[in-house]
Amino acid sequence: MTDLFSKFDPLIEQRRALLAGGVEDPFNLVMERVISPTVAVCNGRETILLGTYNYMGMTFDPDVIAAGKEALDDYGSGTTGSRVLNGTYAGHKACEQALKDFYGMDHAMVFSTGYQANLGIISTMAGKGDYIVLDIDSHASIWDGCKMGDAEVVPFKHNDIVAMEKRLKRIPEGAGKLVILEGVYSMLGDIAPLKEMIRVAKENGAMVLVDEAHSMGFIGPNGRGVAEDQGCLDDVDFVIGTFSKSVGTVGGFCVSNHPKFEILRLVCRPYVFTASLPPSVMHTATTSIRKLMHGANKRAHLWENSKTLHKGLRDKGFTLGTPEAQSAIIAVIMPDLERGAAMWEALLHEGLYVNLARPPATPAGMTLLRCSLCAEHSAEQVQTIIGMFERAGKAVGII
Amino acid sequence: MDRAATAEKIAELVEPFNKKGIAITEATTFAGDLEWDSLTVMDFVAAIEDDFDIIISMNQQAEIENYGQLIDAVTKLQG
Repeated sequence: MTDLFSKFDPLIEQRRALLAGGVEDPFNLVMERVISPTVAVCNGRETILLGTYNYMGMTFDPDVIAAGKEALDDYGSGTTGSRVLNGTYAGHKACEQALKDFYGMDHAMVFSTGYQANLGIISTMAGKGDYIVLDIDSHASIWDGCKMGDAEVVPFKHNDIVAMEKRLKRIPEGAGKLVILEGVYSMLGDIAPLKEMIRVAKENGAMVLVDEAHSMGFIGPNGRGVAEDQGCLDDVDFVIGTFSKSVGTVGGFCVSNHPKFEILRLVCRPYVFTASLPPSVMHTATTSIRKLMHGANKRAHLWENSKTLHKGLRDKGFTLGTPEAQSAIIAVIMPDLERGAAMWEALLHEGLYVNLARPPATPAGMTLLRCSLCAEHSAEQVQTIIGMFERAGKAVGII
Repeated sequence: MDRAATAEKIAELVEPFNKKGIAITEATTFAGDLEWDSLTVMDFVAAIEDDFDIIISMNQQAEIENYGQLIDAVTKLQG
C-alpha cells in the first residue's frame, strides 16, 4: 500500500528540525484568554496582539456584542440550513442591506466565509472558454476559485500593468475576460495601482473583480477600500470582502451593481451547498458594518499607528516590505525561516504576537514577520512594540 | 515558425534561466532536472509568452513537464 501521506514527508521533516531546536511552535499558539482587541493571554503570558487583522477593533464593541447576544436569544444558535432553503433569516437580509448601504451598491451576497466568497464567485462566473487574468501574488482563495472553475488562468507579475495589458491583448477575440486584483496584498501590505490597472482592464473589455479584504473599514474616505481611495470604485464590477478582519466576526461577501447579479444565488455552489451563518454572526456583522460607516476618527488613529510603527522599525534597522506604510500591515522581512522563527519566539517572550509567514504563502520564498495594526492600539503600545522589536532583533542578531 | 525554428528560439530564451548550466535535452524536466521554483517558472513563461506573443495559461502549463513538451506546445500555440 502506498501511504498517501508520504507527500507530506518533507514538510514533516522541516517542522521536526525546527521544533527540535527548542523553538515554540509558531503554528500552534493558543489564546487562553482574550482581554481586548489588542491584548490576550497566550501560552500563559499576557501578550500584545499585533497579528490579528482586527484592524478596527470591533470584536469587543459593546453595541456589536449586545446585538449578538440579543440575536442568540431571539433566533437561536444556528440556522441549520442553506441560504436558498431554510437558512435565510431577517438578519441575513439586514446584513446584506448594510453592505449595500456601506458600498453604495445595488446587490450584496453574504457567504459563510471570505474564502468561500472568492471560491464561489470566481468559479461560477468564469467558466470554460473564459479567461481569468490575475496577479501572481493573489490570495489562496482566489487561486482555488480559479482552479475550481474551468476558465483559462493567466497570471501576471505582481502589480505589473504592462504585463497585465500584454496578456489581455493576447486573449482570443470574443472570449469572456475577468481581471482579478486585490486592494491590499496581505503578505507585504502593499497596495495595487488599481486606477490604472482597472482602466487598462476596461479598455480591453474585461470585467473586474477586486478583493478588498484588507482595506474595508480603513482605507478610503468611507472605508470602502483602495478602489474608493483611488476614485475608481464605480469601475469595479465585483468587490469581494470579509467579516473576519475590520468587521470583527466571520463571513464573506460580494457586492456589485451588475443587473443580473441575483442569479448567482441559485448557481453558485459554495453559496448553495453549505449552511448559512448563525443569526448572532449576522447581527454582530450588521451592527459593526453600520458603525464602520462613521469610523473616520478610528481610521485616522489607525493610520497614525501604522506610520509610527513603520518609521520606528525602519529607523531601528529592520528591512520592511514597503518603502512607506501603505496599509495597516507592516511586513518585516527575515533573512531565513530559522532566524524568522527565532525572532518570532523572542517577540513572544517579550509579550508580542505577530504572524510568522513563510513559503508557499509568501512571495519570492520570503520569511516574514507580519504585523497588523489595530485602531485600538494606543500610541504607547506602538512605542512598546518598537522597543520589543529592538530587543528581540538584537538578541537574535537580525539588527 | 516551424518546430525546429521554435526550438532554436526557446534554446536562446532558456539560457539565462539555466543557471546551473545543465545540458538540456527534450526529456529534461523543469521541476525535477532544472529544479526551478515557481517564481523562475513564472519569469521563464513570461519571457516565452512575450517573445512568441502567445498565452500559455496555467491550465496548459500543467500539461508541460519537460522541454520537448514545451517546444511542442509553443509550436502549436503560434497557430
